[in-house]
Amino acid sequence: MKNDVKGTEIYKTDPLVKRWDYSLSYIHSYAQDSEFFKSLGKNILLGSYCKKCNYKYGTYRKYCMYCGGETQDIELPLNGKIHTFTTCYYSGESFMNDIPYTLILVEFKGIDSLFMSRLINKENIKISIGMKVKAKFKRLQKFDVNDVYFIPEL
Amino acid sequence: MNDVYIVSAGLSKFKKYNYDEDFRLMVKRAFDYALNDTDITHKDIDGSVSAYFSDHIQGQLIAGAMTNDYIGLATKPSKRIEGGGATGGLAFQTGYEEIASGNMETCAVYGFESMSHLNTWKGNDVIALGSDSNFDYPLGGFYTAYYALMATRHMHEFGTTHDQMAMVSVKNHGNAIHNPFAQSPMKIAVDDVLNAPMVATPLTMLDISLMSDGAACVILASEERAKSLCKNPVKIRAIGSSSDTMRLSDRPFGNVPLLACESEDDYKNLKYPGVHSFRAGRLAAKMAYERANIKDPLKEIDFAELYDSYTSAEIQAYEDLGFCKYGEGGKFIEKGYSEINNKLPVNPEGGLLASGHAIGATGIMQAVYAFWQLQHSIGKHFNSNRLQVEDAKKGVIHSHAGTGAYETVSILER
Repeated sequence: MKNDVKGTEIYKTDPLVKRWDYSLSYIHSYAQDSEFFKSLGKNILLGSYCKKCNYKYGTYRKYCMYCGGETQDIELPLNGKIHTFTTCYYSGESFMNDIPYTLILVEFKGIDSLFMSRLINKENIKISIGMKVKAKFKRLQKFDVNDVYFIPEL
Repeated sequence: MNDVYIVSAGLSKFKKYNYDEDFRLMVKRAFDYALNDTDITHKDIDGSVSAYFSDHIQGQLIAGAMTNDYIGLATKPSKRIEGGGATGGLAFQTGYEEIASGNMETCAVYGFESMSHLNTWKGNDVIALGSDSNFDYPLGGFYTAYYALMATRHMHEFGTTHDQMAMVSVKNHGNAIHNPFAQSPMKIAVDDVLNAPMVATPLTMLDISLMSDGAACVILASEERAKSLCKNPVKIRAIGSSSDTMRLSDRPFGNVPLLACESEDDYKNLKYPGVHSFRAGRLAAKMAYERANIKDPLKEIDFAELYDSYTSAEIQAYEDLGFCKYGEGGKFIEKGYSEINNKLPVNPEGGLLASGHAIGATGIMQAVYAFWQLQHSIGKHFNSNRLQVEDAKKGVIHSHAGTGAYETVSILER
């Protein structure tokens, strides 16, 4: 007999506790940040420059947080240094297959603020603040911020 | 502005799982506790402010209105406040504003969260949606990682050690042993913290606050109403708040906003805030201190309820709130200054690390504890005087959202 009726998962009866699955698929627009994500496919890491404030942002933003004026897109250097780091052995559920992974904040010469990214450290080099790193780009673009990552620069 | 007082307060027991009581009943427990403690009735309450962080966690939208009707306040003005981890702290300040503006004479401020609806991994995911979902969340969906990045830089900048962070965990879990409302009382040693499972370097499982089910409530009143309702109300002397960039990567490298007890010479070579410190915490404290005419917090404040979502965050908060200079937070705990009945006891009831962190309830839980400390009624509520800060006259409560995207500091005095 075909049985395609899925039962209800009950965790407890007193009090009555049941499983409730709830999910959403978002139609997520990058909107004014789109250029940053498209550029990753061209091996370009974009930052932003406010001419009025003479301030260069290491993380893309279309409007300056100081004067509110529109920024210009600039290409960030692909080499930088580790400003700080952490290696994660737990994560959000969506990323549990990635652990352990390392996050870094990267500082770039001549740029006023930082960029957060993953560090792929295949050679298992001891990570430290000030260590030189370089940007790499995923060959299969998935149109998220992980299309760029960093590796130690030996 | 009218003066504002706390006239009563109540808490539910904080637990990892509370499947016997939903959010409405947890709030009712806290609210009824407050009504009974000071002999206040529903008709004495003019309106309310509700606080919960996440519709995703709750599985229920407009849960504030549902709670309001459940506890018997339907028809009275009410609103919901949300601001990440600072939700409770912001709601407390909104209640203050209701009274200070004259909009209400009495206001019930309550907060809750039922975090057991999600497993911890999923909870991490949902909480991390409170970071930039274009640039930050897809890197790991993990708030602990952001605080760990800050802790690593704090260690580099100031020489703070993991041993010093672990001392915060030992203190707060130890304090919670004498708090019957606390979720995770434990007698532990520094080595237990250092050897606990690593979560995100340098933070181990025992450096990190809890996910909790819980609720908290305070009842605020104008001076005239406070006198008629309560024999020993506690005054909210001042509130301060600030905000900062959501993305850690956007934090600038500038100068320290100085408190009255500091000078430019103290920080000649320090680029601030970068990611080692919480600028919004400093600015919120500066605003509150200036309004309360506090010049030297270490000497003038008797105890503090700080936002110890991570052990590192408590050390950072010592500095942000000016209990010591930037860079001296590690030594502050090492010397025992934040222990009960030392120079400035911090989180004497266990803090978020051990008392619990039911996000929307947390800032209000801190206000409840501070109120009881200032009433000198800890013995009555805890069945033990062990955690009562001797002769407490002035206390501070402090909360964060994000990595300091919103912060609140409120000063309470008897």
